[in-house]
This record gives sequence, structure tokens and C-alpha cells, in this order.
Amino acid sequence: MTAADTQAEAREAIRAPRAPSFLQRFVRNPTAVLSFALLVAFALMAIFAPLIAPGDPMRVNPVVRFTPPGAEYFFGTDNLGRDVFRIVVHGSRTTLLVGLVVTVISMGLATILGLLSGFYRAVDVILMRFVDGLMAFPGIVLATAAAGFLGPAISTVIISLTIVLISPSLRVVRGQVLVVREAQMIEAARATGVPTGRIFRRYILPAVMSPILVQASFIFSAAVLGEAALSFIGVGIGPTDISWGNALTEARNYISQAPWIVIFPGLALMLTILALNLLGDSLRDLLDPRLARRR
Amino acid sequence: MSPLDMTAAPGAGTETKVVLEAENLGVALPIDGKYVPITTDVSFSVRRGEAVALVGESGCGKSMTASAIMGLPPRGAKVTGRLRINGRDVLDLSPKRRRALCGSEIGFIFQEPMTALHPTLRIGRQMTDTLCHNLGLSRSAAMTRAAELLDLVGIPRPKDILKGYVHQLSGGMRQRVMIALALSCDPSLVIADEPTTALDVTIQAQVLDLMEKMRREFDVAMLFITHDLEVVGDFCDRAVVMYAGDVVETATAAEVTRAPHHPYTRGLIDAVPGTGLERLVPIGGSVPQIGAWPEGCRFAPRCSRATEKCAIRPPLEGAPMPDVRCWHPLTEERT
Amino acid sequence: MLRYLAKRFLLILPTIFVPLIMVFLLLRLAPGDPAGMMLGDQATADQLAALRAELGLDQPLPVQFLLWLKGIFTLDLGNSIFFREPVMEVIPRYAGVTILLTLVALTLAIVIGVVMGVISALNRNNPVDRGVVTSAVLGISLPEFWFALLLIFLFSVTLRWFPVSGWTPPSAGLIAFGASIFLPALALGIRQSALMTRMMRSSMLDVMDEPYITTARAQGLPERKVIGSYAMRTASIPVLTVAGLAAGYMLGGAVAIEIVFALPGLGRMLVEAVARRDYPLVEGGVLTISLVLAVLNLVIDLLYAVLDPRIRYQ
Repeated sequence: MTAADTQAEAREAIRAPRAPSFLQRFVRNPTAVLSFALLVAFALMAIFAPLIAPGDPMRVNPVVRFTPPGAEYFFGTDNLGRDVFRIVVHGSRTTLLVGLVVTVISMGLATILGLLSGFYRAVDVILMRFVDGLMAFPGIVLATAAAGFLGPAISTVIISLTIVLISPSLRVVRGQVLVVREAQMIEAARATGVPTGRIFRRYILPAVMSPILVQASFIFSAAVLGEAALSFIGVGIGPTDISWGNALTEARNYISQAPWIVIFPGLALMLTILALNLLGDSLRDLLDPRLARRR
Repeated sequence: MSPLDMTAAPGAGTETKVVLEAENLGVALPIDGKYVPITTDVSFSVRRGEAVALVGESGCGKSMTASAIMGLPPRGAKVTGRLRINGRDVLDLSPKRRRALCGSEIGFIFQEPMTALHPTLRIGRQMTDTLCHNLGLSRSAAMTRAAELLDLVGIPRPKDILKGYVHQLSGGMRQRVMIALALSCDPSLVIADEPTTALDVTIQAQVLDLMEKMRREFDVAMLFITHDLEVVGDFCDRAVVMYAGDVVETATAAEVTRAPHHPYTRGLIDAVPGTGLERLVPIGGSVPQIGAWPEGCRFAPRCSRATEKCAIRPPLEGAPMPDVRCWHPLTEERT
Repeated sequence: MLRYLAKRFLLILPTIFVPLIMVFLLLRLAPGDPAGMMLGDQATADQLAALRAELGLDQPLPVQFLLWLKGIFTLDLGNSIFFREPVMEVIPRYAGVTILLTLVALTLAIVIGVVMGVISALNRNNPVDRGVVTSAVLGISLPEFWFALLLIFLFSVTLRWFPVSGWTPPSAGLIAFGASIFLPALALGIRQSALMTRMMRSSMLDVMDEPYITTARAQGLPERKVIGSYAMRTASIPVLTVAGLAAGYMLGGAVAIEIVFALPGLGRMLVEAVARRDYPLVEGGVLTISLVLAVLNLVIDLLYAVLDPRIRYQ
């Protein structure tokens, strides 16, 4: 058997679990479709915010303050007469931007570090102790401290959430690499002299893709929640920026007079997190039947 | 002739009390919304002091029959036919009254004592829970009784074992505990589901000897579920052979192991090393899938003696030979 | 047993030190002069130099690190810049609230999770089960601080069953304490209780298929006892193993909850210290939360060993 044969076979074997019918199965899964559609809707809302709710969301109009939801103001107005609907629509931009950037950076770093950690024992020992330490510690506290030193800004939120969210993803990637590297095709590829870099790209990376995809949904969801929490407690994005978390900070003082100021931004937040969690759940069910929980 | 009138086993008088009586016992499980029969027409009986083997390959329905007798079939199962325990019809009992028979009238010995005993409860707790509930003993009286029982099944330092957990015991010890637990409330019937399969060969014989001894000491009826014909020959009085959810032959253990009448039983014996022929002869073909049994004789597709007549299902009684579900039973002796 | 404890403690050390090192580095490597940021614009050069010397910021980084380590081991965490008193005296005033809040929330989460999980598993695939599974998914997606606001709106503002906010210590009477801590603890525990519900459900479904459950039934034990005593005992072990992680999340969530309910806890203290650039107090707060978490994890480990005798003290 030639090296090329072994290689082709190994590739085949590694890719086999990623069944070609994944898209079909995805479309047939109502939870997956529904959660995906919801996310697309939120993304469209963020992109076309100025068209959906034209005008400056921060514009103050004390005359109409505390107007209940109605035909003119769908979600009512807040204590300064700002349109809650406009705040919710425009707030989705910050939320999704932070979520997306944090997910991409932390998953990217986690993948690189996870691959290294899964392959090099020395890296693994140090990195895992570090991850153990970070995993148990409440990320919000760390992010709060970080935000304190770096000052409130979107970049601060992104940096601190990334630091916090690398650890769980790193564990997932490393675990998967440890499983895959023992597989026979990898050993065969190594024995036949395939260079390490190529083994990474051709064999390991495709095999860890599924868990990374699943993990990304949950990280996205955690980042959205994290941004909202940090902004809510006042160490997140700047006070002049709009986000759902920020909107709730002030709103909480008026909950008895105008509950709608609290309800709508929070509802948008929860729906986003729910959609991401459901997407993660159904991706896991679709991509890894062994991990799928009993229904 | 009904199974009740069977020639009694050696050592048991014909007038001995019938403890277990199954008549056309059937179990069906819901699969994809439809009931699929797992066993049909299982009829046999067990008397006090008698050891009866329920023999067959895996998937023949012997374990399902055992769980139906216990009243613990899988979720959603439908049990049909008649089942009498100590003369009482039990299939119509309420779940609560049915459960009350467990432990007190029927004891159960499982195949894998490691998983059949609770991993995080002390042995003593498991035994006393049973004794307290079924016999109404106080916790301390139950503890004393539990120690006696462990002593009876040959466990040294029973008081220490009662304080221990199952993972601290050896395989043989675990099965001894299981036997003590099954016998603890003095049941009249003990069902043992492959009680020695999970054990080392050397331990197997010890455990079988112990069960034999306990059977005599407690004078219980014992139903032995096994695929091991050697066990049948050495430790049982009678044998009920099952194939594809059916009883195909009922006879004394000696007859079944030395001069079987059903071609399937013959096949089983020929496939066992050290019995019958010098050369091992596997049975051709394979056990039909559940729900895909042939119309007539279920063994016919694998049977060398099959004829056109075998397209009609042979009855257990009324075919050429009593207690043999076959149109063409073997009559000659082979050794 | 002692060796087991020592080993568990060694394993917990990273939990204590990694966050501290992160905070240490963040403070030193962040752009700008920490002393200047702490004292504000009006500070004189002398004041700045004095503060730098006090914080050891005039030393090279490795020396700073050693001094800082020494401070931790000698329990000298420096002085709070805002309170002008030792951090070691400020922290205890706030720690109790957070610890109590976390403990009550953890208990609530475990109780809700175990009960709902069992109910769900026993009603497998019928409407009750589906209802529980759906609420669990919703619960996992619920932001604590928003849920806290909804609870206040419903139970405090509309129904007036509980106080809107504020803290009543247990010493002022258990009923008043319970009333003041119930909503915060519920808000803090809800996500974890939803996670535990899912975990308990699947673990219960697994356990109900175990042979030892069949044995318990075959011994004639009533179903109530089989489930309540035999099945739940093993099924709840996985829930306990995530309790440590849950406690971590809760200590984090406590920051927002303490703000919403105006509880004088560590989280709120931390946010205020961050706003006041009171760095010694921030470091002290992080250290305290690490320690609380470490002790909680140790206790959970011990409980775990008690519940599961298969775990050896090795």
C-alpha cells in the first residue's frame, strides 16, 4: 500500500463521521431551523437597524417619557422619553458585534492552543493548570477587574470576555485532539512520513471541527450574556454606547412605573441567548449522536 | 397430557406442591407503536424443591419470560396468558400487590452481581431494607438475620461484609451475597438468571454447589435460566427448552442432555464441546429476528428434518410426541 | 484522609493563583500609571511617589511579584485607598453576604434541579417531561439580572410579598433574613438549577435502567423507596460534581444580583472599588472570591467522597 493510499483512506475515515447529509438533516430538524432563523432575524435587525428604526436611539424627549407601548412607540418610552423599540433594535448591533468578535477570537485561539496542547505534552501541562485555574473562577469577576484597569469600552469587553471564554473551548478542542491523535489513520500517516503540519491541517483539524462548531454556539451565547452583564453592572461598554445590558442599567430604577423599559431589552437578550443555546444543542445532536442527550 | 402431569423429577413426589405455573405466557413489546411478540405460548411448571432449567440461545425469550414472572417486564410490555404463583393468578394483580410477591414469594438472582447490587449502599443496608420491608423486622433484628444469612452462604466475617460495599468484594463473594439476598425472605421460588456466567470457571462450580445446597435447605423451587447445557445436566431436575419465543421441548434434564427429541435441542447439544459427538456441529442458519418468525415451525428453516408439514405450527401437546413441539421428533438414542 | 485533603488542596491551588496572577499582570501591564489613575488629576508628585512606593510599583516586575506573593502569605493585602484602612479589615464586612447568598442559591439550585429532574425522568416523554425540559432550556437562557428585575416586579412591586431590596442579616431573625435573601438567591440560582435539572433528568434515566434498580424492585421494595432511596442516591452524584462549577458561576453572577437587590456584598464592593480605582481592594476581593471558591470546592469534594464510597481517599 502506498502512502497516498493510506492517506486517502485515512482522510476518508476521518471525514466519514461528518456525513454529507448534514445539511439535509439540519433542515429536517425543527429546533435547528427555528433557532437559526431567529439568529438570522436578529442579524438582519442589527444590519438594517437604521432602516427598521430610523432616528437617533439616544434622542431624549422628556415630553413623552414613560409612554406605555402603543402604536406610536411599539415598546414604549423610557425615563428620558427615548424610544425603547429603537434602543432594542440598535442595541442588537453591540450585542451581536461583541458576541461575534469574542467567539471568533476565542475559538481561534482555543483551536490553536488546543491543537498544540493535544500534541505537545509540555505545553499541555502548563496550559491545563492555567485553564483549571481560570475555569473555576467566575469570569465576570475577572472581567470586572480587567474592565476596571482598562476602562469601559467595547474593546475592554472583548478582551476580558475573550480571556475568560478561551478556557472552556480550549478544553473541548484538546480533549478531541487527544482522542483523534490516537486514531490509527493518524499513526499510519505519521509512519508514512506525512509532515506534522500537514497532519494538523489534513487530519486533525477536520476531526475537531464538529466540536468546535458546537462549542462556538455556546461561546457566542456566553459572550452575549457576558457583554450584557458587564454593561449592566457598569464596567462594560461606555455609558454613551447602546446595548441591551446598558439599557437595563437605568431601567431597573423605573421598574414599578414603566416595566416595559425592563421587559423588552431583556426579552431580546433572552431570545438571542435561547436561539444560540438551541442551535448549539441541535448542532451537537446532529454532529455527534454519541453526545446527544436522550429525548 | 398437560405439563403438570409430567413425570416427577427424582427426589420429588408427584403430589408435591406446584409453585410456578405458566400457561401460554406471552410478552409483547411496543416497537414503533406496534406490539411485537417476544415470547408466545410459554407453558411450564416448577414444583417445590425442584430445579427447572429454562434453556436456549440468547434472544430466545428466556430472560423476558423470567422478568414477566417477576412482574418486572420492560416499560410498556404487554403480558398475556396465565401465570400462577402458589396457585394464585398473578397477572391481574394490582402493581402494588404484584410487587409484594417480589422478595417474599419470589427471589431473584442476577447474572452480574457487581451491577445488580447497589454501588453506594452498604451490603447490610440493602439486605435489611428487604428484610424490614417484607418481614416487618426491626433494623437490628434484620441485621442479625442478615449476618446469619451471609454465614449460611459461606461468607466469612459476615458482620464486616455487611458494613462494606459491593466493589470491595470478589466476584464469587458478590454472587453469594446476591444468593443470600434472594433467599432472605424465605421465598418459595427462586429465579436465577445465568447466575454463573459472569464468574470465573473455578468459582462457577462453588456457586452452583451453594445454590444446590440452598435449594435443599430452603426447600425452594428453582428456575434456572441458562444457555449452559452442562449446568442443566448437573444441577437441574427438568429442562424447558426455548427457541424463538417458544417452548420447543420439556423433559427431564437427563433426557434433554442425553436423548433429546426436538431437532433444535439435538443441535444445541451437538454444538457444545464435550457432549454428544466428538466433532462440534454448529446449527446452520441463525435465530430468526424478533417479529419475523416463520409462519409454521419456527425452527423449520434451520432444520434438516423439515418437510412440507412443518409449514403448520406444531403444538407442544398433540404432535407425535408429548411435550415436544415437532412434527418429526427424534426417537433413536444417540450417545 | 489527610493525604487526600492535601492532594485536593494542591489541585485547587491553580484556582486560587491563576486569577490573582491575571489581575496582578493586568494592573501592572495596563497602559497608564496606576498610581496616577488611583489618585486622580490633583495629586502632587510627592503623593504619587508615596503611593508608588507603598504599592511597590517603583520596583522591577519580578520583585513586585515576590512582594505581592509575600503579602498574600502574610495576609497583608495593603490598605484600601478609599477606606484608608487595611484591606483585610474591609473585606470581612462584605464577604459574609456573598457567601450566604451563594450558599442559599446553590442549595436552591440543587434542590430545584434534583426535584425537577426526577419528576421529568419519571414522566419520560409525556407532557410533564416536555414541560420541564422546555422550561429548563428557557431557564438556561435566562440572564440572572433580568430575571431578578422580573422577580422584583412580580413579587415585590406587584404582589408585595418580599422587600424590594436591602439586606437583613440572619442575626435579625431567620424569617426576615429568609425574606430578604429568597429572591436574590432564586435569581442567582435559576440558570444553574436549569442546568442541574437537565443533568439530573438524564442521569436519572440512566440509573433507572441499572440492574440494581431491578434488584431493589425484585426485593419487593415499594416504588417510592426504589426511586427516593435507591435511584436518587446514585443519580444525584453527577449533579454534585458540577456544584463546584456552579458555585463559581454564582459568585460571578452575585456581582449583578447584589447590585440589583442593593446587597452589601463582595461583588458590589468590587464594582465600586473598580470604579474608585481602589486596586488593593480589587486584588483583595479577587483573592477572597478565589479562596471562598477553593473552600467550597473542597467541601463538595468531601461530600462527593461521602456520597460515593467508590471514591477512595488517595
